[in-house]
Amino acid sequence: MTGLSLHCEFARKILSGFIANEVRKTGFSRVIVGLSGGLDSALSAYLGAEALGAENVLALLMPYKTSSSESRAHAELIVKELGIQSDLIDITPMVDAYFERFPEADQVRRGNKMARERMTILFDVSAKFRALVLGTSNKTELLLGYGTLYGDMASAINPLGDLYKTQVRALAGHIGIPEAIIRKEPSGDLWVGQTDEAELGFTYEEVDQVLHLMVDRRFEIPDIVAAGFDEQFVRAVLAKIQSSQYKRRLPLIAKISARTIDRDFRYPRDWGK
Amino acid sequence: MSRHAIALAQINPTLGNLERNVALHQKSAEEAIGRGASLLIFPELSLTGYFLKDIVSSVALALTSPLLDRLRDLSHRIDLVVGLVEESPEHLLYNAALYLSKGEIRHLHRKVYLPTYGIFDEQRYLAEGSRIRTFRAAVGRSAILICEDMWHPSTVCVASIDGMEILISPSASPGRGGLEEGQAFANARAWETITRAYAQLFTCYVLYANRVGYEDGACFWGGSEVIAPSGEPIAKAEYLSEQILMAEIDTAEVRRARMINPLLRDERLDITLREMERVRREGPR
Repeated sequence: MTGLSLHCEFARKILSGFIANEVRKTGFSRVIVGLSGGLDSALSAYLGAEALGAENVLALLMPYKTSSSESRAHAELIVKELGIQSDLIDITPMVDAYFERFPEADQVRRGNKMARERMTILFDVSAKFRALVLGTSNKTELLLGYGTLYGDMASAINPLGDLYKTQVRALAGHIGIPEAIIRKEPSGDLWVGQTDEAELGFTYEEVDQVLHLMVDRRFEIPDIVAAGFDEQFVRAVLAKIQSSQYKRRLPLIAKISARTIDRDFRYPRDWGK
Repeated sequence: MSRHAIALAQINPTLGNLERNVALHQKSAEEAIGRGASLLIFPELSLTGYFLKDIVSSVALALTSPLLDRLRDLSHRIDLVVGLVEESPEHLLYNAALYLSKGEIRHLHRKVYLPTYGIFDEQRYLAEGSRIRTFRAAVGRSAILICEDMWHPSTVCVASIDGMEILISPSASPGRGGLEEGQAFANARAWETITRAYAQLFTCYVLYANRVGYEDGACFWGGSEVIAPSGEPIAKAEYLSEQILMAEIDTAEVRRARMINPLLRDERLDITLREMERVRREGPR
């Protein structure tokens, strides 16, 4: 596991510097973050408060009627610990109103709708609060495609996207996030009893090691198997990365003109900033 | 006089904003002058920022550009090494660095090795330089090698044989990996190895000016430093923060290092050339 350890203090400095620098150069001074009560959004909120000051962070709690009371209690604990502003917007009325039209919808559709409902609220309130939306997706879930496109994957800037889940845990511990939040089972809390690891079929500890070898250290599959991992598992991980590649890219644009956005019209996002 | 107060400008330029970056150069120069420096070295592409992509053609400057006149004027008060996208008369664009002194361009180095792998894309946008030359600066016989140039020891060998006492290396190095092992990026630790090794192997000063700041999420790590010909660092800037790093260099140290370690005297250019030619002719064994 040595490959996944993290010099937490240095990482913390880089990430809070990233938030301060990338937010301010766009002319903003605030961020808004959807706080679920889980570890990832807690860490984003902590880093945001460190980078910009607690008064410049707004946390939105957006529970659905089935969301666990523990999630809400943990989100409120983070708000209190950090002294950041917060607001609570119950998404039950809008989500239920929509699914009256589709009573047969399964839990995946419902879960995705909730994630996208929260996204529209975050971006709307961000305009009112004059803030950028701070992302909460970590590298593990981005690579596995374990997130809702245009839902929880949507943000303006994301400090966690290059940290594996196990590194998020380490950094969260270092930065002083309450133990109860770090130790609980990761869950999207999109339906009762959902847990990430049950849904994925493996633990973050296991998959992060494979992802680290495959992505960061450029091991080919036979090399990873030789390092002691089950071949079926490794192939399943690769299949998840491959099948979710579309989620990590802009929509495909049919090329017609001499210069097409992101193909041969290539500018950095920080253009002039 | 063999002693010189020099300064490295560990700055955070604005991507694609020449006007704001010239102002930052002027402000940095005022600070360096105020602190008694006679030479101020800016990082790679200090006038433009680094990950330019298609902005490159919009920020390219001919050497006759009026914008450079402002830096030429400044060079009456302090010698400057500045980084820019240089547009040649044939409209080729180079990642270049200028040595400015007393209102003149004393030296132009066009980056020879353009990294095009991983996060780098330079060959897509820029033309390759083809010269490695030393030049006479007030601090001593100098060479400028930009960032990736330093990762090819042949460039430093050539400069050394060509009389280099001072190796000036402007850089824009984005941090990558290695946070598992300690409080630095893996490539920062690698840079710290090679700057020390070059100083020692070529018995020269190494003036390594790296930038800070973020561009599209990539973090430039800073850590600029001055290494003496003994291989010992004599000044080092913090990681991640803007700073004008001051140091005193003394070319008598180059002489002393070469008395102790006469490596340059013993260099066998004839063997090197002959064997290189053989490999070029016959291929590696």
